Amino acid sequence: MSGVLLARTMRNPAQIATLDAAGWTALIGAARAEQMLGNLAHRLEGLAMPAAAARILADARASAGQGRIAALWEAEMARRALAPLGVPVVLLKGTAFVAAGLSAGAGRSIGDLDILVPHAVLDVVEHALLAAGWEWVKPDPYDDAYYRRWMHELPPLIHRSRDRMIDVHHTILPRTARPTPDAALLIADAMPLGNGLSVLSREDMLVHAAAHLFADGDLAGGLRNLWDIHCLLDEWDAPGFREHVSTRARHHGLGEAIARAMRLSDALYGAGAKLTAADRWFVRRVTGRDGWGVQRRKASEQAFYLRGHLLRMPPPMLARHLWTKWRKGYRPIG
Amino acid sequence: MPATRYRAAPAATLSIVSLDLMRAVYHRASGRTHLVSEPVPEILAALADEPLDEVALLDRLARDYAIEGDAAALGERLEELVATGLVEQL
Amino acid sequence: MNHVFAVRIGPVGFRVGSDWRAPIDTLADLYRDYPAPEDGIPDFSVRLFARRPWRRVLRPQVMIGGDYTIPDAAPLPLSLGLLAAEMGMNLQMALAQRRYLLLHASCIERDGRAILMTGESGAGKSTLAALMMARGWRLMGDEFALVEPETGLIYSFPRLVSLKNQSVGVVGEALRGARFGPWQRDTPKGDIRHLVPDGASIAAMAEPARAAAILFPAYGHAPDRREVAPGECFVRLTQASTNYVALGERGFDTLTRLVRDVPATAIDYPDAATACAMVEEFAA
Repeated sequence: MSGVLLARTMRNPAQIATLDAAGWTALIGAARAEQMLGNLAHRLEGLAMPAAAARILADARASAGQGRIAALWEAEMARRALAPLGVPVVLLKGTAFVAAGLSAGAGRSIGDLDILVPHAVLDVVEHALLAAGWEWVKPDPYDDAYYRRWMHELPPLIHRSRDRMIDVHHTILPRTARPTPDAALLIADAMPLGNGLSVLSREDMLVHAAAHLFADGDLAGGLRNLWDIHCLLDEWDAPGFREHVSTRARHHGLGEAIARAMRLSDALYGAGAKLTAADRWFVRRVTGRDGWGVQRRKASEQAFYLRGHLLRMPPPMLARHLWTKWRKGYRPIG
Repeated sequence: MPATRYRAAPAATLSIVSLDLMRAVYHRASGRTHLVSEPVPEILAALADEPLDEVALLDRLARDYAIEGDAAALGERLEELVATGLVEQL
Repeated sequence: MNHVFAVRIGPVGFRVGSDWRAPIDTLADLYRDYPAPEDGIPDFSVRLFARRPWRRVLRPQVMIGGDYTIPDAAPLPLSLGLLAAEMGMNLQMALAQRRYLLLHASCIERDGRAILMTGESGAGKSTLAALMMARGWRLMGDEFALVEPETGLIYSFPRLVSLKNQSVGVVGEALRGARFGPWQRDTPKGDIRHLVPDGASIAAMAEPARAAAILFPAYGHAPDRREVAPGECFVRLTQASTNYVALGERGFDTLTRLVRDVPATAIDYPDAATACAMVEEFAA
């Protein structure tokens, strides 16, 4: 499976010396499918490789560099729109990694801008963004009511001239999820960047990455999330650091999630780890792509789709949610 | 309440190329290109060194670039420039 | 994937995988004189696949996938498999080409001078490029021209020329003995047939050329020509580029240099013969 090849190459770049043309093709295909081509390109920079591969990876680095500029600019425009409110604005995920200059940001593809603000100021934040050119993506009454009642973020907004989305979170998990993270503490302990924006504390950044991996949807993008986690752990590695992260995670109700995230990232990208049976299932799921970058482990995919939903909301709501989707003509693919 | 002041993106963050009557402006911080004509490059230059309010900006444009404009038109240009991010409202 | 074909078009390597043999056989035949991807490593992969297993045989429908896709791309019937493959390859270029500034333009070359022809769909840029090839010009591409940021040189992308409806007959008349792919009937753009570029154009496809003229042809008017100032040319070419924004400052530097260095002209033409004569005027 090419997902395994991708993980192995990220862990040990020197092994590219053993790749033939088919191996390179599978590696690049898997990296694209996982949206990790930029990460891979940074990891392999400077190593000897066939000219065709070197060009593809050089393009990927340039592309990621441009993506970084666009992501930081979105953050800056959000800062300008929200500055007059005087409320804390915390950058999350990829934008936070590049804004804070972390190794997890090197080559990372960044889509939407994710920010965290206190729940009490959601309304004023929403109005300030609407006044500054952001608009609702879909005016759909069901989805809108659903988001507002149950989700951990506002319905997504898109900027009308820049065509970029912003997700405004007030916590890091849906309200329906069993763990209820301490959102006030996330904001109180955030690290200022010096320009009016901040990023989560080291420990909370890891906790959020783990929460995102296991509780948010269907585990898609798992390889990249685990690479983020590996980079963050590596960046701040020090005696006692992992214990601090674990303690913090337990406070947020995410002790198990962070423990599993550490085991999986160590197993895939680090020095290895003792895996449970369930862990091995996760590994199979996140590495299950063929030589064309196509997800090949459908059975486990289905299981994780359900798992994602079960964590997100109590079962009666799942049925209601799916029914409303089906009525609107939605069918799961597969 | 003091008048709103405006600050332009530093000149070092812009690449400006003349194309006949227009100027193509590449803004490195945003990765975006803007096609502009007078008095926009002059406004950007005037606001690059120190933030100015509208009245001071009008004076500066008249003094340094011999551009005579009215406050309403200048206000519109500034609003557009703030929307692009080339100028920041302080 | 069960069936696989790999090819290099200009400087870009592709791999096409398919659940069915037919589209791959057609590609292998039409692209038989083209080289393989450099180092055997394609820049992009395209997949032609059945959404459900039984759709391979029962009213087979081709889904277009690949490294880069757009959501909700509608499937095509298997009889349009060649078109699906070509669309898939174009899509990879449009969404993900980052080495060259990509201009939606046809391009011809003679004596090292490349002429770019761009315009809205229906302006006849593919037909014009094919007809100029019949007059001894090298065909550099009918869909995309690649501008190298470091040098400003134009690189060739001579994929199969996609001709629509009456153009097929017009070009067939001018190019006796030319090879065509199977008719692709009843596509959203009408009936399409793919023309294989001539041997000289394929043989020279790795050689770049300096841009000598940018033309904006428009069909259906009395003959006329009008100079296009750099500012207007810049705006029109940013709109004709799929990756201008994604290239950032490299794209800006490349395009501003192109429009300042290369004269641009809008030409109106009433028919193909007039258009060819007008384009010839830019030969020297």
